[in-house]
Amino acid sequence: MFALIRRDLLLALRSGGGFGLALGFYLILVVLLPLALGPDTGMLSAIAPGLLWIGALLSALLSLERIFSTDFEDGTLDVLGTAPIPLASVALAKAISHWLTTGLPITAIAPLLGALLGLPAGSYGILVLSLLVGTPALSLIGTFAAALTVGLKRGGLLISVITLPLYMPTLVFGSIAVRRVVQGLDPTTSIWLVGAVSLGCIGLLPFAAAAALRVNLR
Amino acid sequence: MTGMSIWEYANPRKFGAVADRVVPVTGVLAAVCLVAGLVWGFFFTPDDFRQGSTVKIIYLHVPSAMMAINIWGMMLVASIIWVIRRHHVSALAAKAAAPIGITMTLIALFTGAVWGQPMWGTWWAWDPRLTSFLILFLFYIGYVALWSAIEDPDTAADLTAILCLVGSVFAVLSRYAVLFWNQGLHQAASDPVYDERQIDNVFYMPLLLTIAGFVLLFVALVFYRTRTEIDRSRLRRLEARARLQEARP
Repeated sequence: MFALIRRDLLLALRSGGGFGLALGFYLILVVLLPLALGPDTGMLSAIAPGLLWIGALLSALLSLERIFSTDFEDGTLDVLGTAPIPLASVALAKAISHWLTTGLPITAIAPLLGALLGLPAGSYGILVLSLLVGTPALSLIGTFAAALTVGLKRGGLLISVITLPLYMPTLVFGSIAVRRVVQGLDPTTSIWLVGAVSLGCIGLLPFAAAAALRVNLR
Repeated sequence: MTGMSIWEYANPRKFGAVADRVVPVTGVLAAVCLVAGLVWGFFFTPDDFRQGSTVKIIYLHVPSAMMAINIWGMMLVASIIWVIRRHHVSALAAKAAAPIGITMTLIALFTGAVWGQPMWGTWWAWDPRLTSFLILFLFYIGYVALWSAIEDPDTAADLTAILCLVGSVFAVLSRYAVLFWNQGLHQAASDPVYDERQIDNVFYMPLLLTIAGFVLLFVALVFYRTRTEIDRSRLRRLEARARLQEARP
Protein backbone atom coordinates (compact mmCIF):
# COMPACT_ATOMS: atom_id res chain seq x y z
CA MET A 1 0.00 0.00 0.00
CA PHE A 2 2.79 2.40 0.89
CA ALA A 3 4.58 1.42 -2.28
CA LEU A 4 1.44 2.31 -4.20
CA ILE A 5 1.15 5.70 -2.52
CA ARG A 6 4.84 6.35 -3.14
CA ARG A 7 4.46 5.41 -6.80
CA ASP A 8 1.45 7.67 -7.29
CA LEU A 9 3.18 10.58 -5.59
CA LEU A 10 6.28 10.11 -7.74
CA LEU A 11 4.12 9.95 -10.86
CA ALA A 12 2.31 13.10 -9.81
CA LEU A 13 5.62 14.87 -9.17
CA ARG A 14 7.45 13.80 -12.30
CA SER A 15 4.63 14.07 -14.82
CA GLY A 16 3.97 17.57 -13.54
CA GLY A 17 0.60 19.02 -12.83
CA GLY A 18 0.10 16.80 -9.81
CA PHE A 19 0.72 19.12 -6.92
CA GLY A 20 0.66 22.31 -8.93
CA LEU A 21 -2.62 21.88 -10.75
CA ALA A 22 -5.03 21.90 -7.83
CA LEU A 23 -3.10 24.66 -6.10
CA GLY A 24 -2.98 26.81 -9.20
CA PHE A 25 -6.67 26.30 -9.80
CA TYR A 26 -7.51 27.22 -6.20
CA LEU A 27 -5.40 30.37 -6.43
CA ILE A 28 -6.93 31.42 -9.75
CA LEU A 29 -10.44 30.79 -8.47
CA VAL A 30 -9.89 32.94 -5.39
CA VAL A 31 -8.41 35.71 -7.52
CA LEU A 32 -11.29 35.55 -10.00
CA LEU A 33 -14.04 35.65 -7.38
CA PRO A 34 -13.37 39.20 -6.12
CA LEU A 35 -13.04 40.31 -9.74
CA ALA A 36 -16.57 39.01 -10.33
CA LEU A 37 -18.04 40.08 -7.01
CA GLY A 38 -16.45 43.50 -6.61
CA PRO A 39 -13.63 44.66 -4.32
CA ASP A 40 -15.79 45.51 -1.29
CA THR A 41 -13.69 44.15 1.59
CA GLY A 42 -16.54 43.91 4.05
CA MET A 43 -18.63 41.79 1.72
CA LEU A 44 -15.67 39.62 0.72
CA SER A 45 -14.63 38.89 4.28
CA ALA A 46 -18.21 37.99 5.11
CA ILE A 47 -18.41 35.39 2.35
CA ALA A 48 -14.76 34.29 2.53
CA PRO A 49 -15.44 31.08 4.52
CA GLY A 50 -17.87 29.85 1.89
CA LEU A 51 -15.66 30.88 -1.01
CA LEU A 52 -12.62 29.13 0.43
CA TRP A 53 -14.58 25.93 0.99
CA ILE A 54 -16.21 26.00 -2.46
CA GLY A 55 -12.76 26.59 -3.93
CA ALA A 56 -11.40 23.57 -2.09
CA LEU A 57 -14.28 21.48 -3.39
CA LEU A 58 -13.76 22.47 -7.01
CA SER A 59 -9.99 22.07 -6.80
CA ALA A 60 -10.41 18.56 -5.41
CA LEU A 61 -12.83 17.80 -8.25
CA LEU A 62 -10.32 18.79 -10.90
CA SER A 63 -7.98 15.80 -10.67
CA LEU A 64 -10.50 13.09 -9.78
CA GLU A 65 -10.74 11.62 -13.23
CA ARG A 66 -7.02 10.86 -13.25
CA ILE A 67 -7.12 8.81 -10.06
CA PHE A 68 -7.87 5.61 -11.92
CA SER A 69 -8.12 6.42 -15.64
CA THR A 70 -4.41 6.20 -16.57
CA ASP A 71 -3.99 3.01 -14.56
CA PHE A 72 -7.11 1.61 -16.19
CA GLU A 73 -5.91 2.41 -19.68
CA ASP A 74 -2.42 0.94 -19.38
CA GLY A 75 -3.60 -2.17 -17.54
CA THR A 76 -2.02 -1.38 -14.17
CA LEU A 77 -5.44 -1.57 -12.59
CA ASP A 78 -5.93 -5.13 -13.85
CA VAL A 79 -2.64 -6.09 -12.22
CA LEU A 80 -3.68 -4.36 -9.01
CA GLY A 81 -6.97 -6.23 -9.17
CA THR A 82 -5.12 -9.54 -8.98
CA ALA A 83 -2.42 -8.29 -6.61
CA PRO A 84 -2.21 -9.83 -3.12
CA ILE A 85 -3.63 -6.71 -1.46
CA PRO A 86 -7.38 -6.12 -1.23
CA LEU A 87 -8.89 -3.78 -3.79
CA ALA A 88 -10.24 -1.66 -0.95
CA SER A 89 -6.66 -0.98 0.11
CA VAL A 90 -5.82 0.05 -3.43
CA ALA A 91 -8.74 2.47 -3.36
CA LEU A 92 -7.64 3.81 0.03
CA ALA A 93 -4.07 4.23 -1.22
CA LYS A 94 -5.36 6.11 -4.25
CA ALA A 95 -7.47 8.35 -2.03
CA ILE A 96 -4.50 9.04 0.23
CA SER A 97 -2.26 10.02 -2.66
CA HIS A 98 -5.05 12.19 -4.06
CA TRP A 99 -5.34 13.86 -0.67
CA LEU A 100 -1.58 14.37 -0.40
CA THR A 101 -1.51 16.03 -3.82
CA THR A 102 -4.67 18.15 -3.48
CA GLY A 103 -6.23 18.25 -0.01
CA LEU A 104 -3.00 18.88 1.89
CA PRO A 105 -1.62 21.65 -0.35
CA ILE A 106 -5.06 23.26 -0.48
CA THR A 107 -5.20 23.27 3.30
CA ALA A 108 -1.70 24.72 3.46
CA ILE A 109 -2.41 27.58 1.06
CA ALA A 110 -5.90 28.38 2.38
CA PRO A 111 -4.75 30.86 5.09
CA LEU A 112 -2.88 32.83 2.44
CA LEU A 113 -5.97 33.00 0.25
CA GLY A 114 -8.01 33.79 3.34
CA ALA A 115 -5.80 36.83 3.84
CA LEU A 116 -6.46 37.85 0.22
CA LEU A 117 -10.19 37.70 0.87
CA GLY A 118 -9.87 39.57 4.16
CA LEU A 119 -10.89 36.68 6.38
CA PRO A 120 -11.03 38.11 9.94
CA ALA A 121 -8.05 37.40 12.16
CA GLY A 122 -8.60 34.61 14.65
CA SER A 123 -10.49 32.37 12.25
CA TYR A 124 -7.43 31.09 10.41
CA GLY A 125 -6.80 28.24 12.82
CA ILE A 126 -10.33 26.91 12.40
CA LEU A 127 -10.16 27.38 8.62
CA VAL A 128 -7.05 25.20 8.46
CA LEU A 129 -8.44 22.71 10.95
CA SER A 130 -11.78 22.36 9.14
CA LEU A 131 -10.02 21.82 5.80
CA LEU A 132 -7.56 19.41 7.38
CA VAL A 133 -10.31 17.16 8.72
CA GLY A 134 -12.71 17.79 5.81
CA THR A 135 -10.54 17.30 2.73
CA PRO A 136 -9.97 13.55 3.36
CA ALA A 137 -13.72 13.11 2.87
CA LEU A 138 -13.47 15.01 -0.42
CA SER A 139 -10.68 12.74 -1.66
CA LEU A 140 -12.46 9.55 -0.62
CA ILE A 141 -15.79 10.55 -2.15
CA GLY A 142 -13.95 11.55 -5.30
CA THR A 143 -12.10 8.23 -5.40
CA PHE A 144 -15.42 6.42 -5.12
CA ALA A 145 -16.92 8.43 -7.99
CA ALA A 146 -13.77 7.88 -10.05
CA ALA A 147 -14.06 4.14 -9.44
CA LEU A 148 -17.68 4.23 -10.62
CA THR A 149 -16.89 6.02 -13.86
CA VAL A 150 -13.47 4.57 -14.70
CA GLY A 151 -14.78 2.39 -17.52
CA LEU A 152 -16.42 5.28 -19.34
CA LYS A 153 -14.87 7.07 -22.25
CA ARG A 154 -16.27 10.43 -21.32
CA GLY A 155 -16.48 10.24 -17.56
CA GLY A 156 -15.25 13.77 -16.87
CA LEU A 157 -18.49 15.65 -16.58
CA LEU A 158 -20.32 12.68 -15.10
CA ILE A 159 -17.84 12.53 -12.21
CA SER A 160 -18.78 16.09 -11.22
CA VAL A 161 -22.50 15.36 -11.41
CA ILE A 162 -22.06 12.33 -9.16
CA THR A 163 -19.48 13.80 -6.78
CA LEU A 164 -20.86 17.24 -6.01
CA PRO A 165 -24.14 16.09 -4.39
CA LEU A 166 -22.09 13.71 -2.24
CA TYR A 167 -19.84 16.62 -1.19
CA MET A 168 -22.75 18.50 0.33
CA PRO A 169 -22.54 17.36 3.98
CA THR A 170 -18.78 18.01 4.12
CA LEU A 171 -19.24 21.44 2.59
CA VAL A 172 -22.06 22.36 4.95
CA PHE A 173 -20.31 21.32 8.15
CA GLY A 174 -16.91 22.64 7.06
CA SER A 175 -18.07 26.06 5.98
CA ILE A 176 -20.31 26.42 9.03
CA ALA A 177 -17.30 25.86 11.29
CA VAL A 178 -15.44 28.77 9.71
CA ARG A 179 -18.55 30.92 9.52
CA ARG A 180 -19.30 30.39 13.19
CA VAL A 181 -15.84 31.38 14.31
CA VAL A 182 -16.05 34.49 12.10
CA GLN A 183 -19.31 35.37 13.84
CA GLY A 184 -17.72 34.78 17.22
CA LEU A 185 -19.55 31.54 17.94
CA ASP A 186 -18.22 28.18 19.04
CA PRO A 187 -17.23 26.02 16.04
CA THR A 188 -16.44 22.84 18.01
CA THR A 189 -19.57 20.89 17.05
CA SER A 190 -19.13 21.59 13.36
CA ILE A 191 -15.50 20.49 13.44
CA TRP A 192 -16.52 17.25 15.15
CA LEU A 193 -19.19 16.72 12.49
CA VAL A 194 -16.73 17.29 9.62
CA GLY A 195 -14.42 14.81 11.30
CA ALA A 196 -17.28 12.35 11.64
CA VAL A 197 -18.07 12.63 7.92
CA SER A 198 -14.42 12.04 7.07
CA LEU A 199 -14.13 9.04 9.38
CA GLY A 200 -17.36 7.58 8.00
CA CYS A 201 -15.98 8.01 4.48
CA ILE A 202 -12.74 6.28 5.45
CA GLY A 203 -14.73 3.38 6.86
CA LEU A 204 -17.26 3.01 4.07
CA LEU A 205 -16.05 4.33 0.77
CA PRO A 206 -12.90 2.25 0.09
CA PHE A 207 -15.15 -0.81 0.09
CA ALA A 208 -17.74 0.84 -2.14
CA ALA A 209 -14.97 1.98 -4.48
CA ALA A 210 -13.53 -1.55 -4.51
CA ALA A 211 -16.94 -2.98 -5.41
CA ALA A 212 -17.23 -0.48 -8.26
CA LEU A 213 -13.70 -1.28 -9.47
CA ARG A 214 -14.44 -4.98 -9.43
CA VAL A 215 -17.49 -4.39 -11.65
CA ASN A 216 -15.46 -2.24 -14.03
CA LEU A 217 -12.60 -4.74 -14.22
CA ARG A 218 -14.61 -7.79 -15.14
CA MET B 1 -47.71 -24.00 -1.42
CA THR B 2 -44.28 -25.23 -2.36
CA GLY B 3 -42.08 -23.06 -4.43
CA MET B 4 -44.48 -20.14 -4.56
CA SER B 5 -42.85 -16.97 -3.36
CA ILE B 6 -42.45 -13.36 -4.27
CA TRP B 7 -39.27 -14.31 -6.16
CA GLU B 8 -41.40 -16.08 -8.77
CA TYR B 9 -42.03 -12.64 -10.23
CA ALA B 10 -38.31 -12.09 -10.70
CA ASN B 11 -38.77 -14.15 -13.85
CA PRO B 12 -39.10 -11.48 -16.57
CA ARG B 13 -41.75 -13.43 -18.48
CA LYS B 14 -43.87 -13.93 -15.40
CA PHE B 15 -43.33 -10.31 -14.46
CA GLY B 16 -44.55 -9.27 -17.88
CA ALA B 17 -47.73 -11.28 -17.45
CA VAL B 18 -48.33 -9.69 -14.05
CA ALA B 19 -47.60 -6.25 -15.42
CA ASP B 20 -50.17 -6.79 -18.14
CA ARG B 21 -52.77 -7.26 -15.44
CA VAL B 22 -51.49 -4.73 -12.90
CA VAL B 23 -51.02 -1.75 -15.23
CA PRO B 24 -54.64 -1.34 -16.40
CA VAL B 25 -56.11 -1.95 -12.94
CA THR B 26 -53.83 0.45 -11.07
CA GLY B 27 -53.99 2.92 -13.93
CA VAL B 28 -57.76 3.13 -13.84
CA LEU B 29 -57.84 3.21 -10.05
CA ALA B 30 -55.23 5.98 -10.04
CA ALA B 31 -57.29 8.02 -12.50
CA VAL B 32 -60.44 7.55 -10.39
CA CYS B 33 -58.68 8.48 -7.13
CA LEU B 34 -56.92 11.49 -8.64
CA VAL B 35 -59.98 12.89 -10.41
CA ALA B 36 -62.20 12.30 -7.36
CA GLY B 37 -59.62 13.61 -4.90
CA LEU B 38 -58.70 16.68 -6.92
CA VAL B 39 -62.28 17.63 -7.79
CA TRP B 40 -63.33 17.10 -4.18
CA GLY B 41 -60.31 18.99 -2.91
CA PHE B 42 -60.50 21.90 -5.33
CA PHE B 43 -64.26 22.51 -5.46
CA PHE B 44 -65.91 20.98 -2.41
CA THR B 45 -63.70 22.01 0.49
CA PRO B 46 -63.88 25.36 2.28
CA ASP B 47 -61.03 27.87 2.08
CA ASP B 48 -58.60 27.81 4.95
CA PHE B 49 -59.20 30.77 7.27
CA ARG B 50 -55.58 31.88 7.08
CA GLN B 51 -54.31 30.55 3.78
CA GLY B 52 -57.43 31.13 1.69
CA SER B 53 -57.83 29.06 -1.45
CA THR B 54 -54.06 28.66 -1.89
CA VAL B 55 -54.22 25.77 0.56
CA LYS B 56 -55.77 23.65 -2.16
CA ILE B 57 -52.45 23.09 -3.85
CA ILE B 58 -51.81 20.74 -0.93
CA TYR B 59 -53.57 18.02 -2.96
CA LEU B 60 -50.71 18.04 -5.43
CA HIS B 61 -47.88 19.20 -3.19
CA VAL B 62 -48.07 16.71 -0.33
CA PRO B 63 -48.57 13.53 -2.40
CA SER B 64 -45.80 14.41 -4.86
CA ALA B 65 -43.41 15.27 -2.01
CA MET B 66 -44.17 11.97 -0.28
CA MET B 67 -43.65 10.07 -3.52
CA ALA B 68 -40.39 11.90 -4.27
CA ILE B 69 -38.87 10.52 -1.07
CA ASN B 70 -40.53 7.10 -1.14
CA ILE B 71 -39.51 6.44 -4.75
CA TRP B 72 -35.87 6.86 -3.72
CA GLY B 73 -36.58 4.36 -0.94
CA MET B 74 -38.09 1.95 -3.45
CA MET B 75 -35.02 2.34 -5.67
CA LEU B 76 -32.81 1.58 -2.69
CA VAL B 77 -34.74 -1.62 -1.91
CA ALA B 78 -34.68 -2.65 -5.57
CA SER B 79 -30.94 -1.98 -5.73
CA ILE B 80 -30.30 -4.09 -2.63
CA ILE B 81 -32.35 -6.93 -4.10
CA TRP B 82 -30.34 -6.67 -7.31
CA VAL B 83 -27.02 -6.69 -5.44
CA ILE B 84 -28.00 -9.70 -3.31
CA ARG B 85 -30.17 -11.84 -5.57
CA ARG B 86 -29.29 -10.53 -9.05
CA HIS B 87 -32.82 -10.42 -10.41
CA HIS B 88 -32.78 -8.31 -13.53
CA VAL B 89 -36.36 -7.20 -13.02
CA SER B 90 -35.29 -5.56 -9.78
CA ALA B 91 -32.48 -3.57 -11.38
CA LEU B 92 -34.74 -2.51 -14.24
CA ALA B 93 -37.47 -1.48 -11.81
CA ALA B 94 -35.01 0.83 -10.05
CA LYS B 95 -34.03 2.27 -13.43
CA ALA B 96 -37.69 2.69 -14.38
CA ALA B 97 -38.55 4.43 -11.11
CA ALA B 98 -35.86 7.11 -11.22
CA PRO B 99 -37.37 9.41 -13.87
CA ILE B 100 -40.74 9.16 -12.09
CA GLY B 101 -38.95 10.24 -8.91
CA ILE B 102 -37.41 13.19 -10.73
CA THR B 103 -40.83 14.22 -12.00
CA MET B 104 -42.36 13.95 -8.52
CA THR B 105 -39.53 16.04 -7.05
CA LEU B 106 -40.08 18.68 -9.71
CA ILE B 107 -43.85 18.71 -9.09
CA ALA B 108 -43.24 19.09 -5.36
CA LEU B 109 -40.74 21.91 -5.91
CA PHE B 110 -42.94 23.68 -8.45
CA THR B 111 -46.19 23.46 -6.48
CA GLY B 112 -44.21 24.49 -3.40
CA ALA B 113 -43.00 27.60 -5.20
CA VAL B 114 -46.51 28.42 -6.39
CA TRP B 115 -47.78 28.00 -2.84
CA GLY B 116 -44.87 29.82 -1.25
CA GLN B 117 -45.34 32.93 -3.36
CA PRO B 118 -48.63 34.09 -1.77
CA MET B 119 -47.90 32.56 1.65
CA TRP B 120 -44.30 33.56 2.34
CA GLY B 121 -44.03 36.25 -0.31
CA THR B 122 -41.28 34.40 -2.15
CA TRP B 123 -41.00 31.66 -4.73
CA TRP B 124 -37.95 30.19 -3.16
CA ALA B 125 -36.25 30.33 0.22
CA TRP B 126 -33.18 28.50 1.42
CA ASP B 127 -35.25 26.63 3.90
CA PRO B 128 -34.02 23.18 5.03
CA ARG B 129 -36.98 21.34 3.60
CA LEU B 130 -36.88 23.10 0.25
CA THR B 131 -33.12 22.76 0.05
CA SER B 132 -33.32 19.05 0.88
CA PHE B 133 -35.67 18.54 -2.04
CA LEU B 134 -33.35 20.36 -4.37
CA ILE B 135 -30.53 18.12 -3.12
CA LEU B 136 -32.70 15.04 -3.62
CA PHE B 137 -33.29 16.23 -7.17
CA LEU B 138 -29.52 16.40 -7.73
CA PHE B 139 -29.09 12.86 -6.37
CA TYR B 140 -31.72 11.63 -8.82
CA ILE B 141 -29.94 13.42 -11.67
CA GLY B 142 -26.61 11.78 -10.83
CA TYR B 143 -28.25 8.36 -10.66
CA VAL B 144 -30.00 8.73 -14.02
CA ALA B 145 -26.88 10.20 -15.60
CA LEU B 146 -24.85 7.15 -14.55
CA TRP B 147 -27.49 4.76 -15.94
CA SER B 148 -27.50 6.52 -19.28
CA ALA B 149 -23.72 6.74 -19.53
CA ILE B 150 -22.94 3.02 -19.31
CA GLU B 151 -23.62 0.79 -22.28
CA ASP B 152 -23.45 -2.69 -20.81
CA PRO B 153 -26.75 -3.25 -18.95
CA ASP B 154 -25.34 -5.47 -16.19
CA THR B 155 -22.42 -3.15 -15.50
CA ALA B 156 -24.83 -0.23 -15.43
CA ALA B 157 -27.14 -2.05 -13.03
CA ASP B 158 -24.24 -2.91 -10.69
CA LEU B 159 -22.68 0.53 -10.67
CA THR B 160 -25.96 2.40 -10.26
CA ALA B 161 -26.92 0.05 -7.42
CA ILE B 162 -23.66 0.89 -5.64
CA LEU B 163 -24.28 4.58 -6.25
CA CYS B 164 -27.83 4.24 -4.91
CA LEU B 165 -26.58 2.56 -1.72
CA VAL B 166 -23.83 5.11 -1.06
CA GLY B 167 -26.04 7.95 -2.26
CA SER B 168 -28.75 7.01 0.22
CA VAL B 169 -26.32 7.36 3.12
CA PHE B 170 -25.21 10.75 1.85
CA ALA B 171 -28.76 11.87 1.10
CA VAL B 172 -29.77 11.23 4.71
CA LEU B 173 -26.58 12.91 5.88
CA SER B 174 -27.32 15.92 3.68
CA ARG B 175 -30.79 16.15 5.16
CA TYR B 176 -29.36 16.52 8.66
CA ALA B 177 -26.54 18.76 7.45
CA VAL B 178 -29.11 21.09 5.95
CA LEU B 179 -31.14 21.11 9.18
CA PHE B 180 -27.96 22.05 11.01
CA TRP B 181 -27.29 24.73 8.41
CA ASN B 182 -30.51 26.70 8.61
CA GLN B 183 -33.65 26.69 10.68
CA GLY B 184 -36.80 26.55 8.64
CA LEU B 185 -39.63 28.61 7.26
CA HIS B 186 -41.63 25.60 6.08
CA GLN B 187 -44.39 24.35 8.36
CA ALA B 188 -43.97 20.89 9.82
CA ALA B 189 -44.77 18.25 7.26
CA SER B 190 -48.45 17.44 7.13
CA ASP B 191 -47.79 13.74 7.11
CA PRO B 192 -51.30 12.33 7.24
CA VAL B 193 -50.23 8.93 8.51
CA TYR B 194 -48.43 10.04 11.64
CA ASP B 195 -49.98 13.31 12.69
CA GLU B 196 -53.42 13.66 11.24
CA ARG B 197 -54.32 16.14 13.93
CA GLN B 198 -52.64 18.91 12.00
CA ILE B 199 -55.21 18.97 9.26
CA ASP B 200 -58.93 19.08 9.59
CA ASN B 201 -60.91 16.10 8.27
CA VAL B 202 -62.48 18.31 5.61
CA PHE B 203 -59.07 18.61 3.94
CA TYR B 204 -57.81 15.28 5.11
CA MET B 205 -60.16 12.95 3.24
CA PRO B 206 -59.54 14.31 -0.27
CA LEU B 207 -55.84 14.46 0.56
CA LEU B 208 -55.86 10.76 1.37
CA LEU B 209 -57.59 10.12 -1.96
CA THR B 210 -55.00 12.05 -3.95
CA ILE B 211 -52.17 10.32 -2.05
CA ALA B 212 -53.72 6.96 -2.94
CA GLY B 213 -54.00 8.22 -6.51
CA PHE B 214 -50.33 9.19 -6.65
CA VAL B 215 -49.24 5.85 -5.18
CA LEU B 216 -51.37 3.92 -7.67
CA LEU B 217 -50.15 6.09 -10.51
CA PHE B 218 -46.58 5.33 -9.48
CA VAL B 219 -47.29 1.60 -9.32
CA ALA B 220 -48.87 1.67 -12.78
CA LEU B 221 -46.03 3.72 -14.25
CA VAL B 222 -43.27 1.67 -12.67
CA PHE B 223 -44.78 -1.62 -13.86
CA TYR B 224 -45.32 -0.18 -17.31
CA ARG B 225 -41.81 1.24 -17.57
CA THR B 226 -40.19 -1.89 -16.14
CA ARG B 227 -41.99 -3.99 -18.72
CA THR B 228 -40.72 -1.62 -21.41
CA GLU B 229 -37.17 -1.95 -20.06
CA ILE B 230 -37.47 -5.75 -20.09
CA ASP B 231 -38.72 -5.66 -23.68
CA ARG B 232 -35.90 -3.33 -24.60
CA SER B 233 -33.21 -5.60 -23.16
CA ARG B 234 -34.81 -8.60 -24.84
CA LEU B 235 -34.83 -6.73 -28.14
CA ARG B 236 -31.17 -5.81 -27.67
CA ARG B 237 -30.30 -9.47 -27.14
CA LEU B 238 -32.26 -10.54 -30.22
CA GLU B 239 -30.54 -7.92 -32.32
CA ALA B 240 -27.14 -9.06 -31.05
CA ARG B 241 -28.01 -12.65 -31.91
CA ALA B 242 -29.20 -11.61 -35.39
CA ARG B 243 -25.94 -9.75 -36.00
CA LEU B 244 -23.98 -12.77 -34.85
CA GLN B 245 -25.85 -15.01 -37.28
CA GLU B 246 -25.33 -12.56 -40.12
CA ALA B 247 -21.61 -12.48 -39.41
CA ARG B 248 -21.37 -16.23 -39.69
CA PRO B 249 -21.12 -17.47 -43.24
